[in-house]
Amino acid sequence: MPYMVKKRQNNMKNIIFLLLLIPTIIFAQQTPAKKQNGIVTIHGATAHIGNGEVIENSLIMFENGKITLVTDATLTKKAYLGTIINAEGKHVYPGFIVPNSTLGLAEIDAVKATLDQGEIGRMNPHIRSIIAYNTESKVTETIKANGMLIAQITPRGGNISGTSSIVQFDAWNYEDALIKEDDGIHLNWPASFRRSGWWAEPGPIVENKNYVKDVQRIKDFFSDAKANNKETIDLKNKAMQGIFNGSQTLFIHANGEKEIVEAIDFKNEFNIKNLVIVGGFDAYKVTNLLKENNVPIILKRIHALPTAEDQDIKLPFKLPKLLDDAGILVALDVAGGRMERMQTRNLPFYAGTAVAYGLDYEKAIAMLTLNTAKILKIDTKVGSLEVGKDATLFISEGDTLDMRTNKVISAYIQGRNISLDTHQKQLYKKYTNKYSQK
Amino acid sequence: MKRLILLLLFIGFNSIAQEYFPKNNGIKTPNSNYTVFTNANIQKTPNELLKNTSLLIKGTKIIAIGTNINIPKNTKIIDLNGLYIYSSFIDIYSDFGLKNPKKHTKKWFEYQWNSNRDGFYWNDHIRPETNAYTTYDFDEKKAKELLKLGFGTVNTHIHDGIARGTSVITVLNNSEKNNVSILAQKGAQHFSFKKSITSKQNYPSSLMGSMALLRQFFNDANWFSKQKNGSDISIQAYLDNKNLPIIFEANDKLSSLRASKIAKQFNLDFILKGSGNEFERIEEIKNTNASYIIPINFPKPYDVSNPYAADKIALSDLRFWNQAPNNLTVLEKNNVEFALTLANLKDKKDFNKNLLKAIKLGFSKETALASLTTIPAELLRKSNEIGSLKAGSFANFLITSKPIFDKENIIYENWTQGSKNIINDRNIIPLNGKYSLAISDKFYDLKLSGKPIKLKAKLELDSLEIKSKLTYKNNWFSLIFNPLDTTKTEFVRLTGKVNNAKKIKGKAILENGEETSFILSKINSDKEENDKNDKNKNQQKSAESARSAGEKEPKIFPTTYPNIAYGNKEKPTQENIIIKNVTVWTNEKEGILKNKDVILKNGKIFKIVNAGTFKKQGFKEIDGTNKHLTAGIIDEHSHIAISNGVNEGGQNNSAEVTIQDVVKSNDINIYRDLAGGVTTSQLLHGSANPIGGRAALIKLKWGENPDVMQYKNHKFIKFALGENVKHSRTPFNSRRFPQTRMGVEQVFVGNFTRAKEYDTAKKAGKKPRYNEELEVLAEILNKERFITCHSYVQSEITMLMRVAEQFNFRINTFTHILEGYKVADKMKKHGVGGSTFSDWWAYKFEVNDAIPYNGAIMHKQGITVAFNSDDAEMSRRMNQEAAKAVKYGDVSEEEAWKFVTLNPAKLLHIDDRVGSIKTGKDADVVLWSDNPLSIYAKAEKTIIEGTIYFDIDQDKLQQKAISEERNELINLMLAEKNSGVKTQKPKKKEEKLYHCDSEGW
Repeated sequence: MPYMVKKRQNNMKNIIFLLLLIPTIIFAQQTPAKKQNGIVTIHGATAHIGNGEVIENSLIMFENGKITLVTDATLTKKAYLGTIINAEGKHVYPGFIVPNSTLGLAEIDAVKATLDQGEIGRMNPHIRSIIAYNTESKVTETIKANGMLIAQITPRGGNISGTSSIVQFDAWNYEDALIKEDDGIHLNWPASFRRSGWWAEPGPIVENKNYVKDVQRIKDFFSDAKANNKETIDLKNKAMQGIFNGSQTLFIHANGEKEIVEAIDFKNEFNIKNLVIVGGFDAYKVTNLLKENNVPIILKRIHALPTAEDQDIKLPFKLPKLLDDAGILVALDVAGGRMERMQTRNLPFYAGTAVAYGLDYEKAIAMLTLNTAKILKIDTKVGSLEVGKDATLFISEGDTLDMRTNKVISAYIQGRNISLDTHQKQLYKKYTNKYSQK
Repeated sequence: MKRLILLLLFIGFNSIAQEYFPKNNGIKTPNSNYTVFTNANIQKTPNELLKNTSLLIKGTKIIAIGTNINIPKNTKIIDLNGLYIYSSFIDIYSDFGLKNPKKHTKKWFEYQWNSNRDGFYWNDHIRPETNAYTTYDFDEKKAKELLKLGFGTVNTHIHDGIARGTSVITVLNNSEKNNVSILAQKGAQHFSFKKSITSKQNYPSSLMGSMALLRQFFNDANWFSKQKNGSDISIQAYLDNKNLPIIFEANDKLSSLRASKIAKQFNLDFILKGSGNEFERIEEIKNTNASYIIPINFPKPYDVSNPYAADKIALSDLRFWNQAPNNLTVLEKNNVEFALTLANLKDKKDFNKNLLKAIKLGFSKETALASLTTIPAELLRKSNEIGSLKAGSFANFLITSKPIFDKENIIYENWTQGSKNIINDRNIIPLNGKYSLAISDKFYDLKLSGKPIKLKAKLELDSLEIKSKLTYKNNWFSLIFNPLDTTKTEFVRLTGKVNNAKKIKGKAILENGEETSFILSKINSDKEENDKNDKNKNQQKSAESARSAGEKEPKIFPTTYPNIAYGNKEKPTQENIIIKNVTVWTNEKEGILKNKDVILKNGKIFKIVNAGTFKKQGFKEIDGTNKHLTAGIIDEHSHIAISNGVNEGGQNNSAEVTIQDVVKSNDINIYRDLAGGVTTSQLLHGSANPIGGRAALIKLKWGENPDVMQYKNHKFIKFALGENVKHSRTPFNSRRFPQTRMGVEQVFVGNFTRAKEYDTAKKAGKKPRYNEELEVLAEILNKERFITCHSYVQSEITMLMRVAEQFNFRINTFTHILEGYKVADKMKKHGVGGSTFSDWWAYKFEVNDAIPYNGAIMHKQGITVAFNSDDAEMSRRMNQEAAKAVKYGDVSEEEAWKFVTLNPAKLLHIDDRVGSIKTGKDADVVLWSDNPLSIYAKAEKTIIEGTIYFDIDQDKLQQKAISEERNELINLMLAEKNSGVKTQKPKKKEEKLYHCDSEGW
């Protein structure tokens, strides 16, 4: 029975192979990297600083998690120290920042048990996203692998969805991940136009009859919160105080022109210091107002269809340029379309599309880095390749805004050389091996 | 019982009751007198006006018309003194006297898969046995409303269900509560695409499902008509009524074309009920050669005073408001025969106003009259009885003051079957002009104006106006006013019978209650003449000035192809083109060629030559320097351009439905995709069922109709596996088989087993009952139709290949195929291609192992790989998706580009026509500003068969034109609002975006 024997041997081989794979499958999530030890020097890369500047042949050094040098390599004679990475022909970018994200709050869109992004109730300022943030999300791995290293983890739903926090993507636990805890509160501005009827029997999209009432309800809530009755502790009121004293930002999610105008009125009525408009599809129509009131925009996903049949069919692609030309501070967002979490890995390409439609390349980078950091008020720590900031950056084989050339080969968060492996890369390897075995 | 009592009550008032009916409230008084109307202008037919003619009637019928007719002795003579007589109108699409059936009582979360009736057709929405006559009841209130508008006869049916049963034709004559007023208990058979509200049976859940159901029903009826027994009440009813006219509610131009196709297939004549947008596809509408029923429900202008709200209204909706009143003229000019209906008109009183509006825009009065009289009569096959005035017809006619469509016309009487219905008093003495009113010692000035039935008064004393209220009815004149002091509530009341328009006497009761008399005398007829002349002169003047200012001529905005934003006024045409000095991605063994001229001739790729070497004249030149030319993108999996439902979710096998039935040529996403370089899209059924529906394959020929867009003989069908087909996410247990992957296999094996038996029987010369599902599945077994199957996990992918092998055919394509990389070897062996997403995952459990390297792995294993969109947003940047094969898995650029061009062409069996730039293939090409895989690349020109359908420069001009047209229309609407016209609230146009799992219309 030589045949049988042979077959068994083959089986054995497979089993051994399988056994070898098991650990990586079971422990698919990546191990957070060790603290930076020694100096890292990257030279020769085109460095996109994040503030609009670019250095063609750069020299970047970092130590203890902080950037210590960013300069033009041809203009310095400084010795290359520590781990030296030759990045000639490659590109270095500050870690991209994802605003208004639900990464780590939900895993599989269609499986309810994995969804933690939206609490019930209308006014939930006291709901805190950070405690539900899963540092081991398999989705986040794939995001990291394309250069997004920081995100504002944001709850969804209701009028006031809750309080967001900002994290970096290489951590054991949410506490380790934190860059800024409870940075802001998210308010969904009521829509002035919406579908009538209900979901089983939808009607036409018409003026929202309850719009005024809905807005008034929010105003009442803010008035109450501002009065802040201290006799009894109201968790919701308490959670709002940061908005009034300026320690937290109010993020108003609004897309329509009317809604944006009203949101800015609202800011002034309640004397809110830090307001950011999230969504902002129609913001290009009210740029003067936004500028006068110093309100930045976190612009919804631009890989989107126009919002009306007659609209310029490429309008979504042009929005970043339109807003930037008007002098508005803009960050790019992924939310505002289907599958926002898994789509986050395409955020660089939204910026790329904006460049195709006229936006300056380095400004597009800023919309993923320093602009976002400024809007989220973390720009003293992150957002650009500048001395003293966190060494949170990545190296791409080519232009990272173009899928043709985007290949992230290494990334650092606070100087730590993080793993870019993913569940998906492992399956790629596994099945490539399957076919090479034959 | 109630009916009987009513009947009994009415008999008493009959002058001409049926001779054999008993009379219990008196004695029988048979009336055999004639009535003649003399000195009338009689519109005998829409084209024949007889002046100064007499109409003789007796009982319910017309006896004679003419100038010199024999008038019997026992004739009542009515001198009409120059008034007009018209045949009264017919509404062929009415619901008069019928109640809407009751809605089913099932909750929104309850599913119903099967019919809950016994003995009828298997589908609750097929109700041809419905006999409207059995529930018909004369509706006094509605009859009055209709009579007022000039209608005398209606064809009325229950507007419910796909097969709706028969209608009743009745004259609006309630003096005859018997069999006289009913012209036909069964007037016509009625059909539509809309489900019945009486049942929640899920099937059909889409328009294409309704169409398939109708086809199956007609097939079944034909089959059973040849059998001795075995049919059901519904089929029997349909067959019994087959000699009646068929009226089909299509609503919407494209659905009229759809219904017309069904009619032609079964050799039936459908009278198509339209919706008022026929002008948008008038050529195709004309070519159906069908008769139509057209509503005249012109939309109200939108209230655009709030710019934020106005902004939400689509140009097509703004424009439709302007164009809709012109629909009738367009239909008439194209010789489309149609009847008018009051249906869809919310406020029936708008009927006359809208009709006059259409006439003002050029709709001829003759056709207007015909579409209300002779045409509906003819369509109902009742021309002998109604619709025109001739001996032997029913005495259904109108007496009017002026020609019927004159603005000043008044309908005096509407006679139905010889019974008089007074609409307005014909004998009223017209009062008009200036009068002097003398009461006691005071002399007032009274000015009377307006139609006699709506007389207005202006009362003055010493040139001071005094408020007054006038009533003038039955020649009784009465006026109330407060003569002295408006603070006091004391009035003078006048009342008097008018016998003479020049002098009216009557009694007056003064404010103190004292009774005296008044005299109203017309003053100075000479002066009146002068006034009249002045007035005429003024009118002339103002008309002239209006003309010279160029205002009164109403502007109708041009219809575009399609009639929405970005439509073209003229359909773009094929040209011979040379694209010069361009980099060509041939997708052939030549690879990527630089500095070439590509010549497109007669819609085909003619030649690729070295730049500058082609010297012929007469070619449009396009500079391709620093640009790239590729074959057009082909999207293997798209759901754009589909009307009313992408899924027929009513049953687990829906092979009988086809997207080819429901291609929507006016979807803006066609244009948006063109702008992304897409030239061909396969429009797939959704993934609700293991055996889905058949696919359509279209070229994105923006502006053409669905037939012109489609590839002929596209023989693909969508299958599906996994979570969607097993209803994993239906909110409540649907109880539809299958609920597991295990069940899915059995659906396939079961259906193919049935199909094989069916096919074997057919081939053996037996004639089984035609079953469209089995026909389609048999085509698969015979390798004449090909499967593209929505698929995710490897187990079920393997299973389907094995099922196919068991039945000796092969699966053509796995679409989505996210775990294809796990079984690429098996797929290769089976010979199936893969059309996948570049990088989607994490949206449901079964895509947990989806990886973006999938395409690359399958490609390396020798499988034909395509990337598809399944999404109207992604489909307009498929070039970027192709580049992801370079990023994930290092596929070469040249090969990656084929993922969205040549490879899908192969999967769709159209690579002999499209997919590469090769002499002889269709000239479907795209000129890109950059390397097409680059995110910085823009499609600048998209050409299909030598016709430029998208041009980036033209697009800019379009945008400008759109904003100008919007502005113009909004201003017109504001003007309407300012002039007091009622407006409707702004509303945002729906954009239906379908995905695999979208349900509903």
